[in-house]
Amino acid sequence: MILKDALIALYTILYKEIKRFLRIWVQTLIPPVITITLYFVIFGNLIGARIGEMGGFDYMQYIVPGLIMMSVITNAYANVVSSFFSAKFQRSIEEMLVSPTPNWVILLGYVLGGVTRGLCVGLIVTAVSLFFTDLEVQHYGITLITLFLTAVLFSLGGFINAIFATKFDDISIVPTFILTPLTYLGGVFYSLDLLPHFWQTVSMVNPIVYMIDAFRFGMLGVTHVSVTLSFSMIIVFVLILFFVALYLLSNGRGLRS
Amino acid sequence: MASLALSIKNLTKDYDNGFKALRGLSLKVETGDFFALLGPNGAGKSTTIGIISSLVRKTSGLVEIYGTDIDQDFSTAKKYLGVVPQEFNFNQFETPLDILLYQAGFYGISRHLALPKAKELLSLMSLWEKRHQQARLLSGGMKRRLMIARAMMHDPKLLILDEPTAGVDIELRRSMWSIMRDLNAAGTTIILTTHYLEEAEQLCKNIAIIDHGTIVTCTSMKNLLGRLGSQSYLFDLSLSLNEVPHIPEIVARLVDSQTLEVEIQKGKSLCDVFDWFRNEGIDVLSMRNKSNRLEELFLKLTKSSPLNEEDAGSI
Repeated sequence: MILKDALIALYTILYKEIKRFLRIWVQTLIPPVITITLYFVIFGNLIGARIGEMGGFDYMQYIVPGLIMMSVITNAYANVVSSFFSAKFQRSIEEMLVSPTPNWVILLGYVLGGVTRGLCVGLIVTAVSLFFTDLEVQHYGITLITLFLTAVLFSLGGFINAIFATKFDDISIVPTFILTPLTYLGGVFYSLDLLPHFWQTVSMVNPIVYMIDAFRFGMLGVTHVSVTLSFSMIIVFVLILFFVALYLLSNGRGLRS
Repeated sequence: MASLALSIKNLTKDYDNGFKALRGLSLKVETGDFFALLGPNGAGKSTTIGIISSLVRKTSGLVEIYGTDIDQDFSTAKKYLGVVPQEFNFNQFETPLDILLYQAGFYGISRHLALPKAKELLSLMSLWEKRHQQARLLSGGMKRRLMIARAMMHDPKLLILDEPTAGVDIELRRSMWSIMRDLNAAGTTIILTTHYLEEAEQLCKNIAIIDHGTIVTCTSMKNLLGRLGSQSYLFDLSLSLNEVPHIPEIVARLVDSQTLEVEIQKGKSLCDVFDWFRNEGIDVLSMRNKSNRLEELFLKLTKSSPLNEEDAGSI
């Protein structure tokens, strides 16, 4: 397939994905807003007022970057895992597999769909957060790049999950038992400086720590680990997951017999 | 243009569980043909179609679509190919128009170029009025037609229809036959699998019968039907018969007092039978084949396949 045709196929998949999550906006865009609003009210306003400052900021201000990032992570992941698995389940994925669309285009199309939903939800959550606190972004470039790379990374994760999934239960196992604990333990609600040295070291194997930390640096200007290290870690994870996903797709794992 | 739309040589497929679905299958389909690929359930038809369309990986063998080896350049080979699978495999929550436009996009056809084609195909399939309705709300027949329209979006030269009329009522089936005939007349090579043997006999010029992963016979429909040693007819009569009539060189039996079954050997004229009725002063109210001719051959061929325990003898 020539590049021009491949780009049309890529646009088609992305358009299809965006139309899908907008068609079911009550399921895709509203729930994260309600969840995050509750976090702001309970953790930010009610409990946060008693906690006082963290990392030199109001507790509410401190948790905003983590909550935005949490929304982006869960929505980018959920979009790809549910969309790709549904396509497998309904066998509509065969439309693409039978066509000349290259595997990298299929992968990129789904990932960009996940990124778009992640960023849309991130934008809405950021807007909601402005009702609760003032935000003054310190480094726009770092903030946006971190957001984008994180959405890419978890879209890839969702894609791999969908490839291995054989029933609907399988697409909720990873978010429930891996993604949520790692996100909560990734420093959304607390500074890693509060942890004992041992647990700080253990936390460093959690990839979400780097994303939240880099994003918090972009928004608030405070960091626990260096931004260079955070970006390096995120990029390495993105590359690993991209090639794993592409290999699985090319290999036809769960798609071709 | 290559003279062969499809060429398959020594195709084998061994599944992980050890099941040998295809055992050295070879097949050639000429450009412009309307070709029937028949076989009992589990014979290997769907596996063959799966390999041609890349959904199943072959174990060994060569597949060429319009001269393009799928191992060398599957992307080009896929452009020639349109597939209508047995089961509905579109997103049930999308609209017919979107399904067709997305399909075009997967083949590198931009939305504005695809729109007139989608309109033409949806109109041809009587689906234009339903273009904005979710596909899950369409009737079974409409879904079948939608799948054919989708497969035609990129103007494939070779269209594979895997039981396209399964579960479709007779009226709709006949309208789909008409659509298939028109597509073939317009130059599209069609490979049809079906369990309705009457359908294959009506539509197809050439035929292959597959059983146990290998081709049992591959010839023209006319040739195949010519292999029948005898044919059985049922005559509905104006008067009751008390006993089986003795007609020279013809085997007959009474189904009931006013229905006579007659077996005519190949080459033997039916005039002798009609002469006998005329002499006896009996009118023939109607006459029909006892069973579809192709059906009789199909059963004999698949029963006499070397891999079957029971040999049915000569056809």
